[in-house]
Amino acid sequence: MSIIAVEPSSADREPLNGAADGASRTAPSSTTAARWFGSHWVLVISVAVFAVALLWALVPGAFTRYDPIAIDNGLKLRPPSAEHWFGTDLLGRDLYSRIVYGARASLLGASIAVAVAVFVGSVLGAIAGWFGGLGDTALMRLIDVLLSIPGFLLAISIVVLYTARTGHAGLVPAAIAVGLTTSATFARLIRSEVLRVRASNYVEAAITSGATTFAIVRRHVIPNSVATTVSLIAVQLGIAIIWIASLSFLGLGAQPPEPEWGLLVSDGRKYIATRGWLVLFPALAIVAVVLATNVISRHLSKRAAR
Amino acid sequence: MRSYVLKRFGQAALVLWAAYTVSFLLLSALPGDAVHNRIQNPEAQISPDQAQVLIEYYGLDRPLWEQYGSALIAALRGDLGYSLTDGRTVTELVGAALPSTLALTGLALLFGVVFSILIGIVANYAPWPSVRDVVGSFPALFGSIPTFVVGILLLQLFSFGLRLIPASDDGSFVALLAPAVTLGILVAAPLAQVFTTSIRSARAQPFARVLQSRGAGQAYVFRRGVLRNSSMPVLTLLGLACGELIAGAVVTEAVFARPGIGQLTVGAVSTQDLPVLQGVVLVAALAYVSVNFVVDLAYPFIDPRVLTKGQRTTGRRAGPIAVAGAIDREPAALPNLRVPRRLPVEMSMP
Repeated sequence: MSIIAVEPSSADREPLNGAADGASRTAPSSTTAARWFGSHWVLVISVAVFAVALLWALVPGAFTRYDPIAIDNGLKLRPPSAEHWFGTDLLGRDLYSRIVYGARASLLGASIAVAVAVFVGSVLGAIAGWFGGLGDTALMRLIDVLLSIPGFLLAISIVVLYTARTGHAGLVPAAIAVGLTTSATFARLIRSEVLRVRASNYVEAAITSGATTFAIVRRHVIPNSVATTVSLIAVQLGIAIIWIASLSFLGLGAQPPEPEWGLLVSDGRKYIATRGWLVLFPALAIVAVVLATNVISRHLSKRAAR
Repeated sequence: MRSYVLKRFGQAALVLWAAYTVSFLLLSALPGDAVHNRIQNPEAQISPDQAQVLIEYYGLDRPLWEQYGSALIAALRGDLGYSLTDGRTVTELVGAALPSTLALTGLALLFGVVFSILIGIVANYAPWPSVRDVVGSFPALFGSIPTFVVGILLLQLFSFGLRLIPASDDGSFVALLAPAVTLGILVAAPLAQVFTTSIRSARAQPFARVLQSRGAGQAYVFRRGVLRNSSMPVLTLLGLACGELIAGAVVTEAVFARPGIGQLTVGAVSTQDLPVLQGVVLVAALAYVSVNFVVDLAYPFIDPRVLTKGQRTTGRRAGPIAVAGAIDREPAALPNLRVPRRLPVEMSMP
């Protein structure tokens, strides 16, 4: 579980450090700092958006005083007001509060998905890349085949398998299904990173001087693949949020009354003509967070390429 | 050329066979008691005689490899078994749902290609930098909006707001437009991203500068050199996008309440009709494999060097797998895209 908790925050911390680096390098005069901000304001906003979503997920109670699940029939379908910022839904629940608590479901789901993908992908990719040979060929062919089945259909299939056994869908099985399907991407990346590092002079030197495989992986391979992996993690977080929301929208992910962003959009659909905010606000939450992860990922991959 | 075609065909057949095996293991072998569950389900009302027929048909009394063998042979004949909810064959159900989905995905692909060409050209050639920046950010934006949100908004805007198109599917071409645009935006995101980047990198290559220094205009350089050089990665991605189109159709058809493969999938999911689900997965894999086969056949016409691999001096062709690895399979996933450097395609100097 510790990996799950660390993943989003590490993706989040990186650009913050980057921001601090950039600022300290250009700190001598305020005009250069302003110039740095002028060319990086999109990144700054993205980090802020992601940080807010992360705080919502971690301490939702600090942002809203309404219960996201308690039903109040006297407050049905109220429009946005000072009292209820995003209005209320059919059962009189505060929409803002449901979106704040929904961040927990969406980000937790995405984190589980990415953690599964990173774990499975790293193990497979590292084995394939380091040992090569027949195992490598077989693993890579298997991944080619998995890629020929649309990922979303594969995720649906896995969720259905789970539902057939237990009789109900849920957020966690949906997240694991998304993670398993996207692990092929990580396996590929890790394999190519391992191959790249493996071919380097310093690894050859380490092998010649008698270092064990484990030591080489720990001291050379992992530190040298972190930058590209973290950038992929950031972008995959966004993708996982969309996929999990889509699964929930189809009724295959989080189940009511749990507030999950995809589910909120699905619930609000019936009232879109007269109460558009019920769709608009949760949809905006998804788009904002996914865009933020995209921007952060792009910045990270640029830094990794340097 | 013939050996190239044969090799590609062999690869396509192999991938399809492997995809069948994966779907068999996942959806037939693993939940072996799905049929039993269905028989025991009081709602299904299956008589013991019928149950015996079902068990014998699925060969659940035989060892796994025997089940696999006979299922594979049946699949080659086009027999994918029976739906667990109504007595019809999977082939019949999929066949009935396919035309509507093909119309949707076909038009969506067309929209996606048109969108991405427009975005690629405007993001690179618009005379105002601010327009280039804004249009250049469209792919990332498109990729960040879930398909169901796009669908809901378009449905609201065009059907209920402007009353331009019917809200439910009446089989007309107009009713197809909004779902096709929805799905087109999904496909356009990765295509436009790759096209924009590859136009940029093709323009930066020496041959483009040589052409310009000889007095060729932007339009000429684009038409004669840049377009061809930047279309290879897009073509590769187009092949990859076709599998995703079917997955995207699941969500789009659910939003627009259109009949088709997507509705079939959602129905099969809610009743846990695994044979139908396996049929859908197979159709998606078949679509992916055949589109990629066609794309493979199209490569030599765009870049003849594909056939003369040994004589190549620099550069590396972006195979479907290389591109897949670099950009993943979802629109937003374009972190490490490096368009391969390649020689300019043969062309005559002005």
